[in-house]
Amino acid sequence: MRTHKVALVGVAALALVATACSSGGSNSSSASDKKWDTAGSVSAGGGMKALIAAAKKEGTLNVIALPSNWANYGNIIKQFTAQYGIKVNSIQPDDSSAQEITWIQQKKGTSLDADVLDVGTAVAVQYKSLFAPYQVAEWNDIPANLKDPTGLYYGDYGGYMTVGYDSAKFGTITSLNQLLGPKFKNAIALNGNPTQANAALQGVMMASLAEGGNANNIAPGVDFFHKLKAAGNFNSVQATATTIKSGATPVVINWGYLNLASVVGQGASWKLFIPPNATLGAFYDQAINKDAPHAAAARLWEEFLYSQTAKGGQNLWLAGGATPIELTAMTSNGSIDKTLAAALPKASGTSVFLSDSQDTKAAAFLAANWAKAVS
Amino acid sequence: MAVAATQDAGTGPAGARRRPPAAWTGTVPFFAYAALFLLLPTGIVIWNAFRNSTGGFTFSNLDFTAPGVGSAFIGSFQLSLAASLGGAVLGASLAYAVATGNPDGLIRRLSVAASGVLAQFGGVTLAFAFLAAIGPIGLFLKASWYSSFPWGIAVIYLYFQIPLMVLVFLPAIDGLKTQWREASESLGGSTWQYWRYVGGPLLAPAFLGALLLLFANSLSAFATIVAWEDQISYVVPQLIGTSMISEVGLNNANQGDALAVGMIVMVVIVMVCYFYLQRRTSRWLR
Repeated sequence: MRTHKVALVGVAALALVATACSSGGSNSSSASDKKWDTAGSVSAGGGMKALIAAAKKEGTLNVIALPSNWANYGNIIKQFTAQYGIKVNSIQPDDSSAQEITWIQQKKGTSLDADVLDVGTAVAVQYKSLFAPYQVAEWNDIPANLKDPTGLYYGDYGGYMTVGYDSAKFGTITSLNQLLGPKFKNAIALNGNPTQANAALQGVMMASLAEGGNANNIAPGVDFFHKLKAAGNFNSVQATATTIKSGATPVVINWGYLNLASVVGQGASWKLFIPPNATLGAFYDQAINKDAPHAAAARLWEEFLYSQTAKGGQNLWLAGGATPIELTAMTSNGSIDKTLAAALPKASGTSVFLSDSQDTKAAAFLAANWAKAVS
Repeated sequence: MAVAATQDAGTGPAGARRRPPAAWTGTVPFFAYAALFLLLPTGIVIWNAFRNSTGGFTFSNLDFTAPGVGSAFIGSFQLSLAASLGGAVLGASLAYAVATGNPDGLIRRLSVAASGVLAQFGGVTLAFAFLAAIGPIGLFLKASWYSSFPWGIAVIYLYFQIPLMVLVFLPAIDGLKTQWREASESLGGSTWQYWRYVGGPLLAPAFLGALLLLFANSLSAFATIVAWEDQISYVVPQLIGTSMISEVGLNNANQGDALAVGMIVMVVIVMVCYFYLQRRTSRWLR
């Protein structure tokens, strides 16, 4: 509490200076492996064998902001280490995309810098000058509208915005307006503050689509949360598996893959609901830090994540309830795990994906109106 | 004043040469510490408040009419006022009750020890304690005002404000001499008259000083309010948080620095009042 004095902001700034001064520290890639620092694809660097050898020599990979129960990342990291014998150093698992950027700016040139990033598209676009262009072997299987043409960032996995709830307690939900009813007193929570967390912003946008808004107009969603608050049903605690388990947030609006019964620790009565005509999807993006201390391991990690094999990243993300970016291509070439694919939440109607400008527009509207609407 | 005069007499022109050179060196760690962890960071924050993301000079960060900024400063002021007034009044009452009891008694020792601990209690643990006790699914009470601003969070802040008040105000009450009360009574003064003309004026500067300390304390609190209310930015520290961590495009660390400068200005105003009142306190007790 009292440690959070204003001056502490300054202390953080001081720490920044200190780390900047300590830059020029170790960089583990040796001269012969320098080519991986800039290699734009595995063939440009000398082939998969050379990549694996160089990555093993580096021995470590620094990842950041990957919670182990988020889209199966815990298993993905384990599988990567098992397959290549490379130690994965998981930095600040609960950071936001913006904090990932701050980290690579502050730790630049040190062995603590993150090699690879998993960021929301808005942040990826804003900071693409910090990334190294790289195209994985399966580059053509990534839909063109979900990647930067030069490979600075590229969609990795995603999902649809869902309402997760305990059907044993609330019955079956078939429309968003049911949530305004008296039995949902204090029940409904978002995954964070919509002016900060992308998952929360998209939750408000999903409500907007259900309430007659569109991707360019988040206002009906804000109105919906205003009504929810007026009815006493909006719970302003950030929903986590713990708050769900304790019963503090029995209804949660969040990405499908973060809202699965297995992820939030609930039984079979925990259901997901996607309102009709409000199928809002989004993909996160992968990017390689252009100052990555382990350039080869970073590129090997991307190859692993986009691999279509049974133990490759795409099927592992699917096992975490997320939609892998290569789903369409893998469905047609048969490499997808069909049981897992069938278990993805069903969406009806046309799927909506926000463009960067729509995202920015929504954020600006929320900055001006969100606090007023729900306070 | 008398003490100072004696020292002056002892350290005349001849005494100055005798002063051990090590005397001031003892303060070096303190001033180095203050410079490194207070002055330098403050300077960096102010410097960055006038920079844009590419390092150029700008005034645009200091736009306090941007959405949510004005209301956050008002919110910060309301909350700090409510939490400091409540804490000061209740804490002073408790301190008086403790001071008038047995000076070596168990109650006093317990109260002082508990205050020392609880004045530092805050953050997620404090917010969670209240959430579990009186929140929407509270064990003891499902308080409808729990999530209202500023009252709900002000009540939570009282949990560390009252003990802090006890700690800083108890010495002032202990300073009231029994003889003054006796003098007042032997001259025919009533209890009301004693407090109106003797006790009140003596304690007022110390009370106001403590009030300002409590104000600054709740102004700068961050972790508790974030754990209490994640989704609405009521106060400036929450907005600074948004400027640091927003992943929806509202992140702008320089604007966070500018907001911090705004808070520094608020704290400076509070501190100037505090020092002014401190001077009055010492004048009274001379």
